[in-house]
Amino acid sequence: MNAPLRRAGVVILVLFGLLFANLNWVQAYKADDYRTNDYNRRVVVAQYERPRGVIEAGGQGVATNKITDDALKYLRVYPRKEVYAPVLGYRPVGLAATGIENAENDFLSGESDKLFADRVKDMFTGNNTGGGNVLLTLNTKAQETAWKELNDNERNVTKGAAIAIDPRTGAVQAMVSMPSFDPNPLVSHDEKAAAAAYNKLNKDPAQPLLNRSTAETKPPGSVFKVIVSAAALQNGYTTETEIEAGREYRESGAVIRNSEDEVCPGSQIDLKDALTTSCNTGFARLGVTLGRDKVLAAAKAFGFEDDQLTVGDLEGSGLPVAMSDTGKIANPDGSVDKGALAQSSLGQRDVRMTPLQGALIAATVANGGKQMRPYLVQKLTSPDLRTIYTAKGKVLREPINGQVADDLKDMMVSVVENGTGKRARIDGMEVGGKTGTAQNAEGADPHGWFVGFAFNDKGEAVSAACVMLENVPGGHASAEAARIAGLIMEAAAGQGGN
Amino acid sequence: MARIPGMKTQRNAELGLLAFAMVLVAAYGATVEAGRIGEITPTFWVPAALLSVLFLGLHFVVRYTAPYADPVLIPAVALINGLGVGFLRRLDIGDALSEKQPIPGIFSGIGGRQLAWTLIALILAAVLLLVVRDHKVVSRYAYTLGLTGIVLVMIPAVLPRSLSEVNGAKLWIRIGSFSIQPGEFAKIALVSFFAYYLVRKREVLSLASRRVLGIDFPRGRDLGPVVTVWLLSLLVLVFEKDLGTALLYFGLFIVTLYVATERSSWLIIGLLLFFGGVYVAYLLGASVGGPFANFYDRAQVWLNPFDSENYERVGGSYQLVQGLLSLGTGGLFGSGPGGGSPRFVPEVQNDFIFAGMGEEIGLFGLSALLVLYLLIVERGLRSALAVRDSFGKLVAGGLSFTLGLQIFVILGGITGLIPLTGQTTPFLSSGGSSLMANWLLIAMLLRISNAARGPAASGGGTDRAGGGGKKAPAQLHGAMTEVIKP
Repeated sequence: MNAPLRRAGVVILVLFGLLFANLNWVQAYKADDYRTNDYNRRVVVAQYERPRGVIEAGGQGVATNKITDDALKYLRVYPRKEVYAPVLGYRPVGLAATGIENAENDFLSGESDKLFADRVKDMFTGNNTGGGNVLLTLNTKAQETAWKELNDNERNVTKGAAIAIDPRTGAVQAMVSMPSFDPNPLVSHDEKAAAAAYNKLNKDPAQPLLNRSTAETKPPGSVFKVIVSAAALQNGYTTETEIEAGREYRESGAVIRNSEDEVCPGSQIDLKDALTTSCNTGFARLGVTLGRDKVLAAAKAFGFEDDQLTVGDLEGSGLPVAMSDTGKIANPDGSVDKGALAQSSLGQRDVRMTPLQGALIAATVANGGKQMRPYLVQKLTSPDLRTIYTAKGKVLREPINGQVADDLKDMMVSVVENGTGKRARIDGMEVGGKTGTAQNAEGADPHGWFVGFAFNDKGEAVSAACVMLENVPGGHASAEAARIAGLIMEAAAGQGGN
Repeated sequence: MARIPGMKTQRNAELGLLAFAMVLVAAYGATVEAGRIGEITPTFWVPAALLSVLFLGLHFVVRYTAPYADPVLIPAVALINGLGVGFLRRLDIGDALSEKQPIPGIFSGIGGRQLAWTLIALILAAVLLLVVRDHKVVSRYAYTLGLTGIVLVMIPAVLPRSLSEVNGAKLWIRIGSFSIQPGEFAKIALVSFFAYYLVRKREVLSLASRRVLGIDFPRGRDLGPVVTVWLLSLLVLVFEKDLGTALLYFGLFIVTLYVATERSSWLIIGLLLFFGGVYVAYLLGASVGGPFANFYDRAQVWLNPFDSENYERVGGSYQLVQGLLSLGTGGLFGSGPGGGSPRFVPEVQNDFIFAGMGEEIGLFGLSALLVLYLLIVERGLRSALAVRDSFGKLVAGGLSFTLGLQIFVILGGITGLIPLTGQTTPFLSSGGSSLMANWLLIAMLLRISNAARGPAASGGGTDRAGGGGKKAPAQLHGAMTEVIKP
């Protein structure tokens, strides 16, 4: 009986060997996975043991902390509620964070390598000094103005977005989305209440959780004519080049008319006037004359078809930006669909754009052709307020040369001075821009767009903005967008406002 | 058994090891307090001291009744038992702090209750050593024990739910606040019955057989009683949904049969039956559902514990995942005694105690615990190898193997190696039944190891009956003499 007993002993040895090997797998190999797993409550409790870094905009805390009595020591507080919510996002107890709270989580929670020295110091002092602070690029005046004007718009529009950028650096001056949400209930330590608040927002058909300035694309309408103009100027046209226009233009089944009969009824119009009056037949013909490839190349050069862009810090983490897209403009066999090309040249058909992309177009023109990478994080400071990182603008792409930029600027200033964008004018500043009225679903009110830029009295490009209003009733959809954009740029430039 | 002058008993080695174990238990208590409360209270040593007194008592009983017993068993088990008490007290302290209550006294809470259970378990073990002076005596009551085993397993199944159900498992006898899990004791009774019966039928089983497909099967009438007892307990356990224990009894049966007959075909048949049964149950669970659905669900939970559907389902993988996260958070070195968050793991005082401790003592600490368990099991098997009578070999071998298998089933379940089935972790988990039954098991091993390591009374190392004691039990004379009737 001893031989089988010995074998039983070997079996036990093997079983324990398996246990030991598996224990190594769980506690050594998978340890980091498990330690940071979303289901691991210890991560949460540990993170709430020390204060999370403050997010500031213009010297005021827009995401701060409050000490509580419960197991999680610090409660996140968003004092400006809806106004900054699309940018800040929120950081719930049990679920994933969004916005800057998510993008800069490592730094805010104090786990970033950049704060290594502070962590080492904590080890010796036994303190919990908390996470680092994030200073946003947002200009509080511009942000508050954008929020106020968007919500108090004169057409009772309920959905829209506004964004403003410093054309010289790419720093975002304002970013609002309407409707927005109050992040405070979502970060409640009562996780059930937080989940209920989230479910309510998530089911709301108005999509308050959606950041419309970066995450939503809409047909840009006539704003796209700036792209077609750029394509023309790059291919031998000047602002004075006469292009064909007319009351109506039929191409491969597509019928292009102007918004009103008075707009470019003559057979010829120069490029500058065509943009100033937003001549549809002229640009549709121009797009077809230039050809699909040139129009698409110009759009792509300005940032269309880029699905990698994020807005946050310049190192690449931040809010994801939806891809702006021109569509294929092709027949089923792959050849150019001229009718589609004519419509796409007016920013209709399959063309879609984010408000951020609109602001980037205007900013590129204002900045002499250099498109700066947009960013929201100006500075990172350690818990004891040493500056750890300061953003310095970064060129993202250079879609047009200086000459083309100057010509486009000239044309866009004319739009605001003499054309469809008059309501964007600001006293004492040189303002340029382009309006857009985008038809969408049959019978629905069109979206109103305005992209534009402002130069101060010293001739510096101080702000570029894009305002998008969804389904604007009552005609001239873009006029209200232009008015709001003007006020935002004025506030961003440090003039006016409150 | 009288002591023979000049023969080494190694009782002093046992005493030394025991003292060392108790120092470790006291140190563990101190680090728990330092880690959790931030200071070491003046009473940190009291649980360790009380346990020392208890184990010292058992040590003296062994000195008197089983002087040649294995000197490693008691210290190794005492260390695990002591760490268990320490960890349960650590839970009491943690609970009190999080509810902003004063820290409970040494004798209250689950830690205090475990101390009391240890006292009772040790008294039972001592009584067993005092009453059963020769393990072969047990064989006289083999059929009684077999019947008792079945009754013990069946009691909760026939009792009304109000008296037998705790947390959905119908395994208990509850009277007021007092509850006991009778099945825990059944394994010792069943091992004794299996051992006696198989020893008696050994030659018949290994010789009289029918050859089918190249494998020798014994005659049905030779195997009848054992198979009946075994099948009955399996059936009951399956209906009680206590799959872990069913697996234990299955392993216990196969191994004693294998050891008794020395035929590896039993292992092959057993393994085929086991894996075949598991697979069929899985398939039935997937298609038919009904009583097998539970089995299928457990397999799903085991395969994809982090799947959010499994995680959020009632009775899903929540507990397993929290246990794994606890172990993973501990990592190599652990957060230190008192430094973890064991209460995130449900049932951490019971089935999942190993996961809770793992967060605080890390891979190195748990490895040490594993080695300690392995030491106990292998020491038991060594006694089985060395003891001179077949009955003793089968009992010691069966008990040791079952103990090892139980550790494998629960620890494998917690660490995700095999599907999880509810089992106590021997000597660690909170609860009296498990502690008492396992200490009785150790007493039995001590008794057999005493016979194994002590001087042979007469006849020397034969397998024949009468080899172990002066007064060999009458029944054993007949053990090997059954005539083969073709």
